This record gives sequence, structure tokens and C-alpha cells, in this order.
Amino acid sequence: MMRAYAQAVSARRARVMLGAAILLVLIAMSARTSEVDLAVFFARIGSVGDYFDRLLRLDNGQRVWTDLGEWFWGLGRWSRLLFDTLLIAYLGTFLGAIGGFCLCFVAAENLTKSRGLRFAARRFLEACRTVPEIVFALIFVVAFGLGALPGVLAIMIHTVGAMGKLFAEVVENIDMNPVEGATAAGASWTQTVRFAALPQVLPNFASYALLRFEINVRGAAVMGFVGAGGIGQDLVESIRKFHYADVSAILLIIIATVMVIDLLTERLRHRLIGAAR
Amino acid sequence: MLVLEGVSRRFGTKLAVDAISLEFGGGGFVGVIGRSGAGKSTLLRMINRLVEPSAGRILHEGVDVTALKGAELRAWRARCAMIFQQFNLVGRLDVLTNVLMGRLNKVSTARAVLKLWSDDDKALALAALEQFGIANIAAQRAESLSGGQQQRVAIARALVQEPDLILADEPVASLDPRNTRVVMDALRRVNKHFGISVVCNLHSLDLAREYCDRLVGIAHGRLVFDDVPAALTDSIARELYGLEADDVIEAPAAAPLPAGVAVAAA
Ligand SMILES: Nc1ncnc2c1ncn2[C@@H]1O[C@H](COP(=O)(O)OP(=O)(O)O)[C@@H](O)[C@H]1O
Ligand SMILES: [Mg+2]
Repeated sequence: MMRAYAQAVSARRARVMLGAAILLVLIAMSARTSEVDLAVFFARIGSVGDYFDRLLRLDNGQRVWTDLGEWFWGLGRWSRLLFDTLLIAYLGTFLGAIGGFCLCFVAAENLTKSRGLRFAARRFLEACRTVPEIVFALIFVVAFGLGALPGVLAIMIHTVGAMGKLFAEVVENIDMNPVEGATAAGASWTQTVRFAALPQVLPNFASYALLRFEINVRGAAVMGFVGAGGIGQDLVESIRKFHYADVSAILLIIIATVMVIDLLTERLRHRLIGAAR
Repeated sequence: MLVLEGVSRRFGTKLAVDAISLEFGGGGFVGVIGRSGAGKSTLLRMINRLVEPSAGRILHEGVDVTALKGAELRAWRARCAMIFQQFNLVGRLDVLTNVLMGRLNKVSTARAVLKLWSDDDKALALAALEQFGIANIAAQRAESLSGGQQQRVAIARALVQEPDLILADEPVASLDPRNTRVVMDALRRVNKHFGISVVCNLHSLDLAREYCDRLVGIAHGRLVFDDVPAALTDSIARELYGLEADDVIEAPAAAPLPAGVAVAAA
């Protein structure tokens, strides 16, 4: 007995050691291919500190908090841009959620019996979420010109993919008895989804949509980097033109906004999930 | 009249239903009995087409329902309403909406999706609930009800389908003795008062003898008995149920309450 136990333990230990060795080798390999050089890293770490120091100084060399009016001189303009950013995130989330909603039932194994249809829906959702939204934004800026429209479209497409997958997983976990009950009563597929599936998934869908909105606000904040609207446009300009105090001011506004949204959506989500129980 | 012609169903290598030929209908109350795993559920589900037969045909008034597709299949399903052991209601929806789901086959998808029920449909659904003494809970969520209430809601849903036939798959297996009688009485009422044929899977022989006017016995997927309940001798029952026989035959099932008391108490 003792020996068998000791053997089992040492076998487990050997597996852990092997796993750790493989992990180390992989880290070393990835560091080499991405040219991570520790020497360079430590030589330059000082200049990062330098940069942060400059972020907190006004043009006259004083600390930023000594003159809030000067630090946040662009508050009016930035607030307007931030509002644009929120609108981009909101519209993108809303339209994307609708798209994901329509496709999730088709992508769910328990509701869609046709393999072909399910396969098509899943691959489409995958394509939507695999391409980063900033790439979509770049493409749409070329197609539609500068402005908020490309940003909304980019976030929408990415959201369709991300939410469609999450929604489909929620749908695949529903209780199938009501679905059977509706089918047996002669309900069509759409009717069955509407009456037997939807009531079970709606609170979860709303909760995921809120979570996604918060993620999309962050995504929308950088849309302006490629000219797709919102606060990102001013942020990237300040970075490029070395307007240090502006960079820190804009970053602070974005962080504060995201925190407020995080708090609000989390409350709402708790309520939704609570109501679902 | 519903005619089964050599209907079989295979699950992998397992023959769940083996060439069963039967005739149902004409307003009877038929009990399907047999031990668990005999193939009773599979038989009923094939009639509603929740399960596809591997072989054989099912004819309703001369129409081969095993060949139906799309809208015709859905119309057939509405005509042979199903009642399930687990009730299969939508817990988050209110009772009236659950009953109205029995009308889905008769309303357009657009109206249904927006829940634009006609006043006639709503009145019909309420009347069906009234039949079983539960119209007062129409606005409650289905999940808040007792098992006996849920099953009566399911029967009301079946009733508003205006079916030719009701297929009940062990409708009382999840219920306590008192609710068992309430639900069986509701099924009897549907049968006698509305003249709808009932085919009911039952595990308890006592209930089968009491409520049915014809019994169909199934063992290992085959038809082994088809006669009036009086013809079911203990030795045939023993053959049907095998090792379970003693449980089923001597089971001190629900102490038979007078029907009036049972309904009032519910
Ligand atoms: N979906 C299924 N997949 C595989 N086997 C099944 C399935 N449904 C039923 N069976 C098998 O078919 C046989 C008959 O089952 P069932 O019709 O549920 O019997 P009963 O209702 O009389 O208890 C059982 O052996 C069961 O295991
Ligand atoms: Mg069964």
C-alpha cells in the first residue's frame, strides 16, 4: 500500500517537473523569437520612469496637480470626444448584440439539427471575433472615410462574434423539456425559440451584453488611433506631439469613465442574475 | 382512428419497440403498461413524431403521419397533444401563456412572437384552466406551482390544441398520491366530457385498472397484451413486469379518495 502510494506520488511529481521544464523551454523560445533582451529591458527601464515623470509635469515644469485648470484645459473638448466614444461603444454593442442574438440559436447544437447551418453560423461568428476590431476599423476608415461610422461597424462586427458564441453557449445549457413541450404541441422553430428558449436565456443575455459594453468602451477609446472616431484621436495626437500633460489628463478621464461604467454595469448585472434565480 | 402497422424503433443495437401493430381512437381511454425500459415512451413519442420510427407506418384517418413534413407535421403534432412526466412547461412564463402555447400551431408566427393572442384564444385558455379549477392562478409563473397544478396546466395546454388524441407519458409518475388522483381525474374528464381519446403510459397497475377501458401490455418492445382490464390476470401481469411484479401488483397505491374530496383539497 505504502509503496503504491509513494509510486503514485513520485509519478505525479515527475509529471509536474516535466510540465515545468516544457514551460521554461517555451518561454525561452518565445523570448528569442520576439527578441526580448533582458539587458536592453533593464537599460531602458529608467527611461520609462522618465516618461511617467514627464507625464505628470505641465509645460512649465510644475507638477500637474498644482494647476488643475491648466492640466484639464481641454475638458470641454475631451468630454465631447469621450461622449462620442461612449456612443460608438453603445451602438456597436447594441447592434452587435442583435446580430449575435439572431445567430446564437442557429449556432446552438440543441436547437439547430442541421449540421450545415450550424457549421456556417459558427464559422461566421469565429471570423467576426478572430479579426481584432482595430483591423476592421482600419479597413472601414479606408472604405467609409474618417469618423464614428467605421468605429461603430468595427465594434459591432467583433461583438457579433464574441456575443454570438457566448449566447450560443447559454442556449446550449437550457432545460430542453420546455422545448420538447412546445415542439410536441406543433410550434414552429421560431415559435419554439421564442417561447421555450428565450425566457430561459434572456437574463443571461442581458448580463453578457452589459459586460460586453464595458469591454467595448475600452475598445472604442482606441478607435480614434486609426481615425475611427472618439477620444482616441486626441490621445494619439498628444502622444505623438509629446504633450505629456494632455496624455495623462486624457488617460485619467478614460480610466475614471471606465470605472464608473464598470460599477454601474456590475450592479445591473447582479440584479439581472438575481432576478433570474 | 389511429393505426400502427408494424412500428419499430432501434437505438443502436437495441430494439426499443419491436414491430407493434395496434389501433387506437374512438374516444377510448387506453392504458399502456409494462416495466420501465419496455418501450412505452418510445411508442408514444413515435406517434407524436418526437422520435422517428425505424420501420413501419402510423396512419391517422388513412393519412400516413410518418411521412409528414414541415407545416403538415406540426399540424399533426397539434392534433395529438402530449403530456409529459416532467410537465414540460416553461417555468419563467405565466400559466396562461403556457396554456396559450397550445394555440401556437393555429396562429401566425409574427403574431405569436409578439404575443398578440386573440381574445378568443385567451378566453379558450382561461376556460380550459377553469375546467380543472385553476383559473385563479393564470397570472402566476409556472415554476411557482406544485407538481399537480403544473400537470393540470399541461393538460389545459393539451386541451386548447383541440386534439383528436392525447398521449400522456407517465403523467403521474412525479406526483404524490393525492395529486395523482387529481391529475388522473382531469385526464378522465378530458376523455369523457370532450370525447378526446387518451393513450396513457402508466406504471401502476391499480391506476391502469381503475381509469382505463383498455390495456395494452408491452414487454421488451413487443405487444404482449391487448384487452379490457378485467382480462389482465395476475399471471399475465407477472409476465409483463417480471421481477418488478410484486412491487407493481401489491403496491399500496394512493388510498382511493372520493374524487370530490381530492379536487377540493387540491
Ligand atoms: N434516446 C435514446 N437513446 C438510446 N436508447 C434509448 C433512447 N430512448 C430509449 N432508449 C432505450 O429504449 C428502451 C425503451 O425505452 P423507453 O421507451 O423509455 O421505455 P419505457 O418508457 O417503457 O420505460 C430502453 O432500453 C431505453 O434504454
Ligand atoms: Mg418511459
